[in-house]
Amino acid sequence: MEKNKEIKEKEPIFSKQNVDIIKKALSRNNPVTVQVLGICSSLAVTVQMKPALVMALSVMIVTGFSNLIISLMRNTIPQVIRIIVQLVVIAALVIIVDQLLKAYVYDVSKKLSVFVGLIITNCILMGRLEAFAMANKPLPSFIDGLSNGMGYGILLLIVAFFRELLGSGKLFGAQVIPQSFYDAGYANNGMMILPPMALITIGIIIWIQRSKNRELIEK
Amino acid sequence: MKSLRNYIDKIKPQFKKGGKFEKLHSTFDAFETFLFVPDKVTYKGAHIRDAIDMKRTMSVVVFALLPALLFGMFNAGYLYHLSIGETASLWKNLLYGATEIMPIVAVSYITGLAIEFIFAQYRGHEVNEGFLVSGMLIPLILPVSIPLWMVAVSTAFAVVLGKEAFGGTGMNIFNPALLARAFVFFAYPASMSGDKVWVNGLLEKAPIDGFSGATPLGLAMTGQINNIPDMHTLFFGFFPGSIGETSKLAILIGAVILIITGIGSLRIMLSALAGGLAMGFIFNLLAPAFAPIPENQILINYFSISPIMHLLMGGFLFGIVFMATDPVSASQTNTGKIIYGFLVGIFSVMIRVFNPAYPEGVMLAILLMNTFAPLIDHYVVQANISKRLKRINITK
Repeated sequence: MEKNKEIKEKEPIFSKQNVDIIKKALSRNNPVTVQVLGICSSLAVTVQMKPALVMALSVMIVTGFSNLIISLMRNTIPQVIRIIVQLVVIAALVIIVDQLLKAYVYDVSKKLSVFVGLIITNCILMGRLEAFAMANKPLPSFIDGLSNGMGYGILLLIVAFFRELLGSGKLFGAQVIPQSFYDAGYANNGMMILPPMALITIGIIIWIQRSKNRELIEK
Repeated sequence: MKSLRNYIDKIKPQFKKGGKFEKLHSTFDAFETFLFVPDKVTYKGAHIRDAIDMKRTMSVVVFALLPALLFGMFNAGYLYHLSIGETASLWKNLLYGATEIMPIVAVSYITGLAIEFIFAQYRGHEVNEGFLVSGMLIPLILPVSIPLWMVAVSTAFAVVLGKEAFGGTGMNIFNPALLARAFVFFAYPASMSGDKVWVNGLLEKAPIDGFSGATPLGLAMTGQINNIPDMHTLFFGFFPGSIGETSKLAILIGAVILIITGIGSLRIMLSALAGGLAMGFIFNLLAPAFAPIPENQILINYFSISPIMHLLMGGFLFGIVFMATDPVSASQTNTGKIIYGFLVGIFSVMIRVFNPAYPEGVMLAILLMNTFAPLIDHYVVQANISKRLKRINITK
């Protein structure tokens, strides 16, 4: 046992397997576009870039560390109560993140409102814990958690980019589309601010991804 | 004609497999079948093809839309000249309307067909002809003052997400033209609602005294029931509204063409009419139930509008004649068509009265019922199956 552990620690962080985990989470097995998880929050927090970025970072931290902690404890958790143990870990992390946001970026935390708290119920977390952390060693689990959070976060940012740019002509709150455009008759797309358009944007991203990567198409 | 046919036959081999312009096959095919009825026959099994193909069917619908388009042009000129306090001759009005409306029609067709051609070429399908109708419907349900780029954006949205995403003509769940309108309505509400967009020039300059650009539905919504034009004006269509929706006479001419040629479903049209009338009548009965306090007055007034008025205001008739009858997105079974049409009528009037934020209920009603059309069909078919199964059991 002791010997095994030593070998593991010597394994480089970016070994082939670990890089594969990252790649998988970002594209082939992206939590949002392929597994279609975490849709609710990605509709709600993507009106502007800033909340989306904060949300993305929060989810990344929570998925990464919950995966790490559960993976460390995985051999001591009794099978029958594993879900509740996982929930306790996630809830603790989410509350820490929530308190940090309230302390340092209060305005964004107000915009995110309940959605930070709802990270607890985000299916990506439970999915990764069940599918990965319960059966893998701490380092790969940590990487898996982080990169799944990142896969979710990148999608959040792409959607938020289009929604904020087309919906209010801004990026990170700064006016991007010049006034001369508006004078020439351009108008902000009010539908971009509504949640349906976020769903449609995600749909388009899924469409593009699947037409590029044919193996993702279900029979 | 003959020389055109000869010319097409001459260049045809170049577009066949292995020819010089093999890649442009879909484009060539689209133009050939547009110009001439294709000579395709079934070569396997005993299937009978209808005498007219889909391009010809669609042309009839476009033809049926022409009265509404022509009247829309006239009305645009008429209202514009009225708003600046001039009277103009019929031709002047028509010409003014044509210069305003033809660009909208052109932009809608160019955007939509360009996207259709690109997708057909890319997927190797033949170009689908469904857009011939959608391209004409989209301008007719927009206000005359709509900026052209919005027409292009909404058409692109409707064609890409309403049709191509589902697999092209015949596969769409929603009526593409209505999707385009819904897109403009929700994305650019300032260009699609209020009382300034329906007559050209009102956005820039106030009209003369006594002229109002408000639509009948806008008036009803704000409680100015007495200002709604009389039924006569509503029927002939001399009032502000979307380009093609105002004249009920022009729409009825189109409806007759559709019914005679058997392209539009009479079942859907009649049952939607019945649904609208029924809901209007129910509202009439419910009107006295409100306490007669000032806060309720607008709603009481709206509730007690005669059901016939409901049919004449707004785009109700246009919607049920040209859009609810869309053969792709409507129900397919005969019983289904009646249920579908009736519910379209009911919801149109209900949305327009209950939710003043959406004065044009018929758009949302048809889109809503488009989603339910397959479900209705499913239950109609199931009911038929179980009915016949029962018959078997009895004879046993």
